[in-house]
Amino acid sequence: MALNQYLILSAFLFCCGVYGVLARRNGVLVLLSVELMLNAVNINLVAFAAFTRNISGQVFALFVITIAAAEVGVGLAIVLLIYRNMRSPDLDRVDQLKG
Amino acid sequence: MTAQNVAFWVLAIAMGAGAVGVVRSRNIVHAALFLIVVLVGAAAQYIVLLAEFVGITQFFIYIGAIAVLFLFGIMLTRAPMSAGDFDNDQRWPAAIVSVFLLGVLIALLVNAFGHDDIKLSDELLRASRTGPVADSIFRSFVVPFEVVSMLLLAALVGAVVIARRD
Amino acid sequence: MLRNAWIIPLLPALGFVAVLLFGKRLPRKGAELAVATVGASFVLSCITAVQWIQRVDDQPGKEAVGGFGRALLPTQEGGVTAVERGFTWWQNANVRFDVGIHIDGLAVMMLFMVTLVSFLVHVYSTRYMHGDRRYTHYFALLNLFTASMLLLVVADNTLMLLVAWELVGVCSFVLIGHWWEEKPNSDAAVKAFLTTRTGDVGLMIGVIVLFFAAGTFNIAVINAKALDGGIGHTLLVVSAACLLIGIIGKSGQFPLHTWLPDAMAGPTPVSALIHAATMVVAGVYLGARLYPVFFRGFSIGDGGLNAMALVGGITIIIGAVLAFVQRDIKKVLAYSTISQLGYMVMALGVGAWVAAIFHLFTHAFFKSLLFLGAGSVSESGSHHSFDMKGDMGGLRKYMPITFVTFVIGSLALAGIFPLAGFWSKDEILVTAGQTGYDAFLYVGLIGAFLTAAYMTRCVYLTFFGEFRGHGEPHESPPTLTIPLIVLAAASVGAGFLNAQPLGIEKFRDWFEAGVSLPALQHPDFDTVKAVISVTIAVVGIGIAAYLWFQREELGPFRNFTQRNAAARAGYRFLENKYYLDDLYENVIVGGIKGPVARASYWVNQHVIDGVVNAIGRGTAIAARETYDVIDQKVVDGAVNGLAETTGETGGLLRYVQSGRVQRYALTLFAAVGALSLALWLVY
Repeated sequence: MALNQYLILSAFLFCCGVYGVLARRNGVLVLLSVELMLNAVNINLVAFAAFTRNISGQVFALFVITIAAAEVGVGLAIVLLIYRNMRSPDLDRVDQLKG
Repeated sequence: MTAQNVAFWVLAIAMGAGAVGVVRSRNIVHAALFLIVVLVGAAAQYIVLLAEFVGITQFFIYIGAIAVLFLFGIMLTRAPMSAGDFDNDQRWPAAIVSVFLLGVLIALLVNAFGHDDIKLSDELLRASRTGPVADSIFRSFVVPFEVVSMLLLAALVGAVVIARRD
Repeated sequence: MLRNAWIIPLLPALGFVAVLLFGKRLPRKGAELAVATVGASFVLSCITAVQWIQRVDDQPGKEAVGGFGRALLPTQEGGVTAVERGFTWWQNANVRFDVGIHIDGLAVMMLFMVTLVSFLVHVYSTRYMHGDRRYTHYFALLNLFTASMLLLVVADNTLMLLVAWELVGVCSFVLIGHWWEEKPNSDAAVKAFLTTRTGDVGLMIGVIVLFFAAGTFNIAVINAKALDGGIGHTLLVVSAACLLIGIIGKSGQFPLHTWLPDAMAGPTPVSALIHAATMVVAGVYLGARLYPVFFRGFSIGDGGLNAMALVGGITIIIGAVLAFVQRDIKKVLAYSTISQLGYMVMALGVGAWVAAIFHLFTHAFFKSLLFLGAGSVSESGSHHSFDMKGDMGGLRKYMPITFVTFVIGSLALAGIFPLAGFWSKDEILVTAGQTGYDAFLYVGLIGAFLTAAYMTRCVYLTFFGEFRGHGEPHESPPTLTIPLIVLAAASVGAGFLNAQPLGIEKFRDWFEAGVSLPALQHPDFDTVKAVISVTIAVVGIGIAAYLWFQREELGPFRNFTQRNAAARAGYRFLENKYYLDDLYENVIVGGIKGPVARASYWVNQHVIDGVVNAIGRGTAIAARETYDVIDQKVVDGAVNGLAETTGETGGLLRYVQSGRVQRYALTLFAAVGALSLALWLVY
């Protein structure tokens, strides 16, 4: 298999995640998009691990998974807080830092 | 056309569709479920690449914990279960940027790795088993491992603090 | 002590500094310190005098040669030499400035006289100036004056003499103007200073000419060169004439005598010390010290007319005449001083060196006695007034000691035998007669007559008749009267130092010794002339006594000047002091200062002020332009423009901060994509 297959797949997933992060209104949906991006990275890492026959890539992917878990936990807590304060999960309302 | 190739392509198409579904769905629950499709597809890809331990971990943690967490979060925020417009007003700029980014990335990748192939071998299989991975973690990467533990602890405490109702 | 005589001027100088620095804190406000220093100087002067006299008496060859007198002059073999001591202060190839002392008979005599009179005046002042507004400064300056005068006397070169000359002039200025808050006093001080300054120009030119003529400032060398022909005759004439101008200014000779009567505005002890006994005789001392220059310059030995005798003679007469028309007792004494100084200068002019110095010596005693007596009268009799006609009269009943001493002083001044003035004045007259200066003999006799007369008038108006003042006249306290008594004793006894018919010529022996002098004639005592002079003096007293004492029976003489127009004009002429003051101040000075002042004013208004105003206007215009254009438009424009731009930019930029994170993220990803593309393309 060509390495590029995995890499391009990963790129595609990543860009979908970017679109989701930028264009989605609900906080949960944004978090979902972030998970998409993280998974794309993981695929990239594991593909390279197979290509270079070095398992450091896999170890790194494991760490990424762990961190993703932590991040989801905190992220959801924040979204919950926003929902409590704003009565709505609409991210467009969170603009108190408006200049 | 080897078996791994076929498996790859099938999984790839499924994952692609799922990704698009996540970002374009009008139903939050549907988006979450589409994400689960992508996660499962990713786990399968890991196994195709002979990274068994990573694949299993992906299953347990991502799908078993994180996706469930998402569903809980959706329910707690009383997100509308029905269809709604979840896109904000920068859809098109976002689309342009992401397509542009995709284009750049593909061009770069083709340019850089156009002629590289993955050779799957028994050696790789043996090296990807739990034992060697564990060894690698606890020897070469023990410091990051500890740091990540601390991170998890911090995230745990932080999540509790943030979500506390007081 | 002869070699250490420099201590004598030093002590009062240190006293001056000490009294200034901490006189005010002492119990007697510095007076005790001043009296102590001068007293110490007097004692040292006495010691110096004794040592000098011993030096003279020990000299062999005293009985020696020549029909010209007893003691040998230093130029002759075996004569007494002066004591000199000094050091070079600075020198280069051509010029040498020395500092040193030169002690000879003349210097010793002056030291003794100056310290004695100064000491008595200091003691007198402790009581007379009691409670004065500047008591401490007065004593400090009195000390400084004494130090300067003593320095003048012991100086061995003309530069030091010049410095001391100026110093005494300054002290005189300050002391005359002691009560300067009243304008007449400060005016008098300025007049004194400026008039003597006019004379000082001559002195300075004379010193410079002598330096170039003799190649040195040292007096002994100058004298020696003058005597033996080392200096050309023309130069001697010029320098003698210039030095004479200095003498005229300082010693109140005609025509620069006008400052002396006005100087009476100062305190009476100051008048006694400075304007009777010491400073005014500085000119005479100069003449005596540099006598060879004058002798050869004016050809004094040849008889006939010479400038010095002429000036002295005129001064005698005009001073004496003016003394008749004064109401103020101090002014009488001032004019008398002018007249007596004229005697001294005339004596120098006719070759009577010893007589001139002797008269200086005796005059110091009785004139200061008269001044201090006048001070005593004003202190205790006339309520601080010196107006004889207004506030005095009949005081002999109330102030016996003052009366007696004053009369003794007057008789001495008039030249009555056997008081001091007789011996000294007589010697002048005799020498004048015997050296071919007959005209000046007659001048001197007329002066003697006038002196006797005006002093009698003065004594009468002060001590006889009815008391015209107010208050309770009484005798002065001992601090005032004891100096009077001492001076009276000196006036009586000093004359005997040179009583020629009695064979005593101590004064000449002691004080002519060691002095550089040309061969002088020392005439013998002429009994005839002595009798004539005494007779003339007695006649003068008699006529004056008749005119004043017997006023009521005068008849035709009463109010003479008021009835006769010619007499009145003459009286007014005298009252206005020969209109000399008017001549000096209005005609000469006014004629110069008027145009000069107007020209200066014109320059100031048009040239200087014009420049200043133009600069001012230019600056104002520049300032306004700067404000309008630069400040308002450019600077403020820049500042305001900057602020507006910033505001508008901010206004635009703030739309970027939407507060929406996704907007930021969009920007971020777009940038990343663009950058990576750019990087890839570059590499």
